[in-house]
Amino acid sequence: MKVKVLSRNPDDYVRETKLDIQRVPRNYDPTLHPFEVGREYTRALNATKLERVFAKPFLASLDGHRDGVNCMAKHSKSLSTLLSGSCDGEVKVWNLSTHECVHTLQAHEGFVRGMVVRYCGTSFFTVGDDKTIKQWKMAAPAYGEEEEPLNTILGKTVFTGLDHHQKDGVFATCGQQVDIWDEQRTSPIRSFSWGVDSFSSVSFNPVETELLASCASDRSIVLYDMRESAPLKKVIMTMRSNTLCWNPMEAYYFTSANEDYNLYTYDMRYLNRPVIVHMDHVSAVLDVDYSPTGKEFVSASFDKTIRIFPKDGGHSREVYHTKRMQHVICVKWSADNKYILSGSDEMNIRLWKANAAEKLGVLTPREKVATNYSQKLKEKFQHHPQVRRIARHRHLPKNIFHQTKELRVMKEARRRKERNVRKHSRPGSVPVVSEKEKHVVTVVK
Amino acid sequence: MASVGEATLKDSHVGKKKKPPARYWEELKEKEEKDENKVGEDEEKSEAAQQQEEGDEQETQKGKKRKQEEEQRDGNKSISGKSDPFPGPAPIPEGRVQKFKRKEKTKKPRRHHKKLKDVITRSEEVAEMAQKEAARFDLLLPEDAGFLEGDEDEDTCTISQEDIADAVDITSGTKYFNLKLSQFGPYRVDYSKTGRHLLLGGRRGHIACIDWQSKQLMCEINVMESVNDVKWLHSETMYAVAQKKWLYIYDSNGIELHCIRKFNDVLRMQFLPYHFLLATASSTSFLQYLDVSVGKEVAAICTKTGRLDVMCQNPHNAIIHLGHSNGTVTLWSPNQKEALVKMLCHQGGVRSVAVDKTGTYMVTSGMDKKLKVYDIRAFKPLKSYFLPAGASSLSLSQRGLLSAATGDIVQVYRDVWSSPVTKPYMAHRVPGTVWGLHFCPFEDVLGVGHGDGFTSMLVPGSGEPNFDGLDANPYRSAKQRQEWEVKALLDKIQPDLISLDPTELGHVDHATFQQKHQDRVQALGYDPLAKERFVPRFKKKGRSSTGNVERRKKQVAHEDQRDVIRKTVQEKAKMEKERSEREKKKAGLSSQRSALDRFKK
Repeated sequence: MKVKVLSRNPDDYVRETKLDIQRVPRNYDPTLHPFEVGREYTRALNATKLERVFAKPFLASLDGHRDGVNCMAKHSKSLSTLLSGSCDGEVKVWNLSTHECVHTLQAHEGFVRGMVVRYCGTSFFTVGDDKTIKQWKMAAPAYGEEEEPLNTILGKTVFTGLDHHQKDGVFATCGQQVDIWDEQRTSPIRSFSWGVDSFSSVSFNPVETELLASCASDRSIVLYDMRESAPLKKVIMTMRSNTLCWNPMEAYYFTSANEDYNLYTYDMRYLNRPVIVHMDHVSAVLDVDYSPTGKEFVSASFDKTIRIFPKDGGHSREVYHTKRMQHVICVKWSADNKYILSGSDEMNIRLWKANAAEKLGVLTPREKVATNYSQKLKEKFQHHPQVRRIARHRHLPKNIFHQTKELRVMKEARRRKERNVRKHSRPGSVPVVSEKEKHVVTVVK
Repeated sequence: MASVGEATLKDSHVGKKKKPPARYWEELKEKEEKDENKVGEDEEKSEAAQQQEEGDEQETQKGKKRKQEEEQRDGNKSISGKSDPFPGPAPIPEGRVQKFKRKEKTKKPRRHHKKLKDVITRSEEVAEMAQKEAARFDLLLPEDAGFLEGDEDEDTCTISQEDIADAVDITSGTKYFNLKLSQFGPYRVDYSKTGRHLLLGGRRGHIACIDWQSKQLMCEINVMESVNDVKWLHSETMYAVAQKKWLYIYDSNGIELHCIRKFNDVLRMQFLPYHFLLATASSTSFLQYLDVSVGKEVAAICTKTGRLDVMCQNPHNAIIHLGHSNGTVTLWSPNQKEALVKMLCHQGGVRSVAVDKTGTYMVTSGMDKKLKVYDIRAFKPLKSYFLPAGASSLSLSQRGLLSAATGDIVQVYRDVWSSPVTKPYMAHRVPGTVWGLHFCPFEDVLGVGHGDGFTSMLVPGSGEPNFDGLDANPYRSAKQRQEWEVKALLDKIQPDLISLDPTELGHVDHATFQQKHQDRVQALGYDPLAKERFVPRFKKKGRSSTGNVERRKKQVAHEDQRDVIRKTVQEKAKMEKERSEREKKKAGLSSQRSALDRFKK
């Protein structure tokens, strides 16, 4: 007779001393773990609920401006520095980690229209309603020293926007035309205009550094090559675009913030239809900024909210609002992909988390593992109706909620009418025009 | 471990390969080597000493062969200069990989859906990696399953428990014991999920819970009422007792926690550990579910089939199986008032039902003295055995051993579903009629409750050798148990997810998608997912390059010239033809002889 009976030595399964951690022998045999899917689903549901519980995106409000914040600029070298310009011509430099204003200067008379930090991070440029471009030192003046610009250029017309080249001493302004300036000269080295009298913003491509794009008041977006004497091409849309932002990772895409409540992501090469129409705002979109990863962007709107869109999604994944925040004029995504900054009409700059439920600070390895695991579960079960309902739910201010509803009704009515027209006319005479095609009037080369 | 042997090494480094024909450069090399490194020779000698078992005849060839092999191995040498005898990752036996396979590969969509394709490929890669790693980890598990083998001409069923207890080590030997409790018998038995704790419930009111391995009595009470069934709840701190009238819940100190008056005349109970549900079957033919985490009755189903005293659960999908006196077995979930499935299994009444842990097989025994095995995924009978005395109660172990009680004899069978069984694997006679039968999880032990007390039997090969510490850990401390309890409660599966296929939640819901899509199409007035109509782009590829333009121009020029040439050639041909015709005519005329020709010369 040969016999063997299971006999475990408890020493192999129990910790030796109280100072040790407990031993946890594992066996991954699927038959020992029944209801895998059911349990994972329950965990995913719990993780989604917890995410909503912990979603507290608002971090801080930076107050100190005496008028609405009109523009902001990220520091190109320092993560914790932010510059903001207000409607009374004041520029403030902020330290974000301490939430304090480092120094203040009276830059212009009237609005500060645009602001940009030079790529080296030692100086910055501002343009204002007083028809001047000023270059300022980043460091605060020494004791007893007067606050004076390094350079002042007097322009002929009002400037409305400004952007600096990625690595050369060249910058672009827009106003009645788009001008390219050399930092050493007082007159533009090149001027572009295409039968338009006013531009609202200009922006350099972060990868193809000689390319730039601007939004014009004739409802068009114009592309330029700095090396050429004439603009490249433009797309004319049904409504005016306010600003645009290039995708920093896939720099042939840019997103424009439009007056018709939508944002449009275009492929620079094919302007005849946008790649994606991002809808959700209920009023004109005023500003847009991409995250440094190029996966998402944030938009600021006249409807007093900020929304975060995935770059390839038609609807926002997140909406931020507070009772006190008024029309949001400018918005920036911080360079470490963690924070969002918004400047609004009521003189405040607000600091938000980019991921509302994220825990800030140093995470222990176990915390990291747990967050990664729950993230994966949420992703796996995101299409289940229960999970999706909880994940999508956002509280909205009453007026925005009702306005959204109203817009939906209007859209539905328009679609119904179109459908009826199509039904009662000759087949093919009323073609289906997709949402993407609807908003583009023409492309001019 | 035996399993390592299964891994076959494909390229053995001492394999005997055919010698390739000699080349002229090999001779040169050999000479060089002889001159240069004598250290190498020393190594060869030592190797040769090891391999002297081989015949002397090959001695002459050996030297050459070894050299060749070494040359071959030069490619994957490590820093120390020795070559790796087992290059590449360790092979995993195919059977192990299959064990961890969750599902077949997804069919990828054609052409379109680039992103979806990408997602599918990536997730499949990850799944495959996980599967391989799990299989590799499986080779490292510390414990092996028990077994019992007889000598030649010795049936294992004739080996007595005493002999086994003598043959095994002392700690295992103490796991065979009898408790003589003749006063309050017969006993129902239940082991806790970790297998550490034993609960005994005597028909005449005696209840005891024991830490049976250390033989420590946790509590002992007499409820002064008849006891129909006892069951541990999720941990060893609480248990439920079905008494004469109501259902009671006690804690491990024997203190009554609840008397649940909604549950009356309960005969049998089952606890669903992942749902925290206590399912009870009563003599009034009610099947009731109690959520023990919140204390609410989840469902009460009137089965309308009379007294329910045969019950078991399917551990794979948490479906309750009930056996009835008319020979049917019915399957129930708390979400439906009707039985999910009704199977006619026996000609008489059903006496006992058991389902294995993978949820594949169901074993039933009936008044017709038959023992039947069903495949409950397909609801098909697989095997039918005739037991002369008929089995009064059945129990299946974690590794698929079946124990059947016939009167006062407990028989254990092996492989009842795969091959026809003629003899039991083990048999044991207990002092009284068997009343409760339960295999202890993670131990080679079968607990038998009978009229004269309780017997703990050794059944080698019944228990799962390697437990999972996060699921059911027999060695857990109180702190670990508390932590596990919190985790388990957070992972509690809602009762409405109980269905015949527990993986249903992971499948794509095609029907709902199609319905939704239809609604969307109707609302929009067109199909947004329809393929865009193909509009050909009139692109003239490569037509505009200067070289091509030139060539084309030249071609045109040539064409003109050719026209001229063609015309002239045609004209020439025409003229030629005319001329030849004329000449022919002339010749024809000349060939006609006139009368005056005779005067010509």
